[in-house]
Amino acid sequence: MTTSPKRARPEPVQVVKQRRDATLQGLVDGVPYIRFLGIRFERHGDELTAVLPYADMLIGNPSIPALHGGVTAAFMEVAAIIELSWAMLWEDMESGAEAVPRRLPKTIDFNVDYLRSGLPRDAYARARVNRSGRRYASVHVEAWQDNRARLFAQATGHFLMPVRDED
Amino acid sequence: MTDSPQMPPDIPIDRRRQVASQFIAMIPHASALGMRMTDVGDGEAVITMPYDARLVGDPETGVIHGGAVSALMDTCCGAAVMVHPQAGLGTATIDLRIDYMRPATPGQTITARATCYHVTRSVAFVRAVALDDDTDRPVASATGAFTVERPRSQQSSERPRSRQSSERPRTAKAAS
Repeated sequence: MTTSPKRARPEPVQVVKQRRDATLQGLVDGVPYIRFLGIRFERHGDELTAVLPYADMLIGNPSIPALHGGVTAAFMEVAAIIELSWAMLWEDMESGAEAVPRRLPKTIDFNVDYLRSGLPRDAYARARVNRSGRRYASVHVEAWQDNRARLFAQATGHFLMPVRDED
Repeated sequence: MTDSPQMPPDIPIDRRRQVASQFIAMIPHASALGMRMTDVGDGEAVITMPYDARLVGDPETGVIHGGAVSALMDTCCGAAVMVHPQAGLGTATIDLRIDYMRPATPGQTITARATCYHVTRSVAFVRAVALDDDTDRPVASATGAFTVERPRSQQSSERPRSRQSSERPRTAKAAS
């Protein structure tokens, strides 16, 4: 961890980027299943895009071939959970406090709408937190492949937020 | 999810069972997750997924990620559609909703049981539940809608040809 930043003084851009990237990486690297699927995250400021690079083991139907629907669901759920956690950490990180990772949010329910079959190539997803309260959060996720406007799946999920250290 | 291999709807259950279990083995992602189809009936399927450290979603507790449970549920629901006597030619997920009731106990195999409880000409409705060793307390439940793809010749071959029938044939007869 870098030394605690002073609020009044603008930091060099590399320091800011390095801290943000390290925080994101810390969040993602801790989850074995994210590594198993090969998902990584691209960051622009606070905006995250989940990337699922194509791999043969992600296929559900070898004859088309198409991505497994479960992979699509899992990819979007990962995107939602990381987005929620990232949004929580962002506030701490930007306020100068040390961004201490809390427990991850827990999925209450997840509803996937399959719009077209997933092609055997990279997939992308972006999650939007529509509501994030003290206990519950509602997140919408869009997933696409070649064309941002042609979604191949969308999803809505509800999550139980980890309790903040209050005692 | 996936489309299933071609399987005429009038073949016996033993044959279905065989084809269905081969189908599971043929799905790369189902194999990657170690899934096994342990039982199958008319519109019903049971698939297991062993505990695997690579599938952990919460490193502090060792609990399997919900996404892996989703993949299990989706596979199991699709299989249930595939073995339904009125469906079975092929299927793809239209919509799937998973409710996570509790974390699966680390170290235990997760078993999904899916029932295809209603089939129309185009849509199969499926319910599923995921259990670990404590079978009284489900880990997750799922409801989904799946596509039904029937052979084009099925309706015309099932229905006896009648000259009085005023009904227009819905599909062109498939060339055979």
